[in-house]
Amino acid sequence: MNHLHRDLAPISDTGWDAIDGEAKGRFTTYLAARKLVDFSGPNGWTHSATNLGRIEEISGPSEGVTAAQRRVLPLVELRAAFNISRVQLDDADRGASDIDLEELDEAIRQIAIGENVAVFHGYEAAGIQGITESTSHAPVVHGEDMSKYPTAVATAVDALRQSGMDGPYGLAICPSTYTRIVETTEHGGHLLLDHLHQILGGPLVWAPGVDGGVVLSLRGGDFILDSGQDLSIGYLSHDADVVRLYLEESFSFRVLEPDAAIALRSGT
Amino acid sequence: MASEGLHEPRDLLDEASVDHHRAVTSLCEELEAIDWYDQRVKATSDDSLAAVLAYNRDDEKEHAAMTLEWLRRRDPALDANLRKFLFTTEPITEVGAASDDGDAASLPVGSGSLGIGSLKGADR
Repeated sequence: MNHLHRDLAPISDTGWDAIDGEAKGRFTTYLAARKLVDFSGPNGWTHSATNLGRIEEISGPSEGVTAAQRRVLPLVELRAAFNISRVQLDDADRGASDIDLEELDEAIRQIAIGENVAVFHGYEAAGIQGITESTSHAPVVHGEDMSKYPTAVATAVDALRQSGMDGPYGLAICPSTYTRIVETTEHGGHLLLDHLHQILGGPLVWAPGVDGGVVLSLRGGDFILDSGQDLSIGYLSHDADVVRLYLEESFSFRVLEPDAAIALRSGT
Repeated sequence: MASEGLHEPRDLLDEASVDHHRAVTSLCEELEAIDWYDQRVKATSDDSLAAVLAYNRDDEKEHAAMTLEWLRRRDPALDANLRKFLFTTEPITEVGAASDDGDAASLPVGSGSLGIGSLKGADR
């Protein structure tokens, strides 16, 4: 047994398969940051900090001795609890393939948005500087007219290229703008989505938690998500009616090259 | 065609899966080359040729290691197993038997970790 204490949960292998399968399928949709930044690890639950390779000078312990302390970025632990009905778990054991996992689905959405927000916009309490906070570029401002959206994306791509940031490029985009992009056709009936793919050379990623959009280089080595424990499901408690579980992960995030991303903002 | 080795129709596979196939194929080719060079080193009676072939053989090992590392970074289950078995000194079968050591990184998928890892390339 490990710290997740799954063996203590009154859940059969069939029940765990249903829960884990549901979680894995939905996370793949929600985890936008992992589709665009480098993922390092997982390095395990005991991995506590990311090495920054820097020091901070401090006063020496005694006369004639100088000292410096290593700087590290501690990993943050994110957790989202949820309940599973024991009636639903019993149904899964009977062969039901449509059991209600609504609370799990909401917890997945919440923790995935937490990861996305930390990566793209930062998480001050955890010491994480997000991509839009770290970028050296001024944001590209675009209007509400979606026919001009390709110009904004092309402007952002050009700014990255002018800075020496090679492609392909990816675009993380808030759900409302993503929907408008998918709905829009340009002159000649061409899909706006296809046009943006051509400009970027990489993916447009539906990114819940992102404010506006972020264009970034996918050449690698610029943005690192350092994973301790990757997303896992653990056990908290149970009674006659429900089993209380939680989603958990630990990670840090660093921007190594501030020139490699640029924000898109709606405005006039 | 990038590779003749796809087992499923190309239009059913995403780019990440095709890249994974490319890397696996490349790794197989590097390992096969190591084996072939090694046999030639052992077979030749010309010491100078053996030295060249041995040099080339060991160069392939670098290529294989680089490709394996590319795969590890994108495959949490492979990552967990490499972390479990590589650079250990106990008998290998004993390392395998002692898998439930309490570290999530070493756990197989289904024992806590969802094994999601990197999704880079999944949305191309």
